[in-house]
Amino acid sequence: MNQREKEQYLREYMALKAAGKPFFPYAVAKDSLMAVVVMAAIITMSLVLGAELGPKADPTTTTYTPRPEWYFFFLFELLKVIKPAELVPLATIGVPTICMILLFLLPFYDRSPERRPERRPIATAAGIFTICAMGFLTYKGAEAGPPTQIDMPTPAAVTAQGPAFVAQYNKGKQVVAQSGCEACHKFGQNGNDGPGPPLTQIAKNLPKQAIARTLVNPTAPMPSFGALQQNDPAKFNAMVTFLSQLK
Amino acid sequence: MPKLKLPAPPLPPGFPKPAPKRPGTPKQKPLEVAAEAGISVVDWVDERTSLSGGARWMMFRKVPKGTNWFYTLGSATMFAFLSQAVTGVFLAIYYRPDASGGAYESMRHVNDDVFLGEFVHGMHKWGSSVMVILIFLHMARTFFFGAYKYPRELNWIIGVVLLILTMAMAFTGYLLPFDQRSYWATIVGVNINGTGPLVGPYLSDFLRAGPEFGATTLSRFYAIHMMLIPGIIGALIGAHLYLVAKLGTTAPPWQKLPASAIDAEERA
Ligand code: HEM
Repeated sequence: MNQREKEQYLREYMALKAAGKPFFPYAVAKDSLMAVVVMAAIITMSLVLGAELGPKADPTTTTYTPRPEWYFFFLFELLKVIKPAELVPLATIGVPTICMILLFLLPFYDRSPERRPERRPIATAAGIFTICAMGFLTYKGAEAGPPTQIDMPTPAAVTAQGPAFVAQYNKGKQVVAQSGCEACHKFGQNGNDGPGPPLTQIAKNLPKQAIARTLVNPTAPMPSFGALQQNDPAKFNAMVTFLSQLK
Repeated sequence: MPKLKLPAPPLPPGFPKPAPKRPGTPKQKPLEVAAEAGISVVDWVDERTSLSGGARWMMFRKVPKGTNWFYTLGSATMFAFLSQAVTGVFLAIYYRPDASGGAYESMRHVNDDVFLGEFVHGMHKWGSSVMVILIFLHMARTFFFGAYKYPRELNWIIGVVLLILTMAMAFTGYLLPFDQRSYWATIVGVNINGTGPLVGPYLSDFLRAGPEFGATTLSRFYAIHMMLIPGIIGALIGAHLYLVAKLGTTAPPWQKLPASAIDAEERA
């Protein structure tokens, strides 16, 4: 907006303001009614939905679901959309940071004096697109709860090593299934494809020791299983056995 | 002593105006005595602070023609924030930021034993969702109405900071009950922060209070959640509202100029 447009805006605004009504009581009445609605909504939600606590936090456990509050789902889903490992930092903080910078600077790059949405097609379209994208990602995040089942046939190479090994393999499969790995990794037909890489054939790329090391010192955002290794080595080893048979 | 004069209430047209008092009628009704006492107190404070000018400036400014229900979303957000502040104080009375189980036990105690405890806890929990929804709606309103344009750019920027701080409140609050869900979600969340460029690793080290998730992490989250960020949000809401009153709220973009103003425009 140049100086002339600024002055014109202020002139028109003054006229509209002069034709308006005092904030008290007219706007205050509307605001108060809205406040009552907000309060009623909060009270109703509290009464209907309650505030149940889950089981107590246990850093050594293996049965958890890393699930954020629903309004962060869209960020989590963003991680899944962007696959290649070298682009993950971009998805996690890069895209949100860029969006934040774009938001901050909005008044500086959108300098036209026009205010009617239908005469600002780019801004309006971008706004609607952002709302739809966030809505869609939130919906996807809400829908995709982390599954806790892995259905995969036991490979012949495992059966060949005797029933003790099969038992170890099945125990590991169960631990993995209960540990929320599927929130981020795919195992055959199970689990979410991302943000983490699919693990269906992980043993082809990583030897057993490397798998164990990754579990203890994972790449962020994956949580570490170091505590499990110390507190319950049997469970940890079963996990590694199972993963090292995924070829 | 200067006497404060109450403004005449704006009555709709056609409403009979109350007859002015005859000079010399003695004041005696209790209601009038009470009103008189109230005015005296306000007067006493005002003589020493001159606050009434500011209050009048805030309350009796005009809002433009065409102001509609979409303009209540900002104050609704503020109201949700106030509700969070009040219910938060009640929770803080019972809460112990003790990672070795005390935190969880104290919230159990609130839910199970404290009078209306689960109700207030629920209001705080669901109030956060309501506030997040309202802040996004308010932002969408100001965006689509072009309210971020001259001369309100700074108010938009303060708003974006408020949005980030509100999301940070949601994130730090989620850990506090210290159940399985909140514990593991926060670990993943902090790790996600850590993958960010440049400041990412420092930010997650700061949040965790070290490279590992430890006992001080919880008290750190608690201090951030109940003192640091709410203080900044309160101050910024003050600045936001000051600018709203100073600049005036926008008229809806479709609002037609009153005929008299168009004439003046053409003459100019
Ligand atoms: C804690 C959060 C916030 C509170 C309590 C708040 C409160 C308010 C209030 C009461 C108004 C007066 C007009 C109205 O209600 O629409 C207002 C106006 C405004 N707000 Fe906010 N707001 C918040 C967050 C935001 C955010 C996130 C943005 C945008 C990024 C924003 C941008 C604006 C702008 C540009 C105006 C001027 C609107 C106009 O003049 O029409 N605010 N805010």
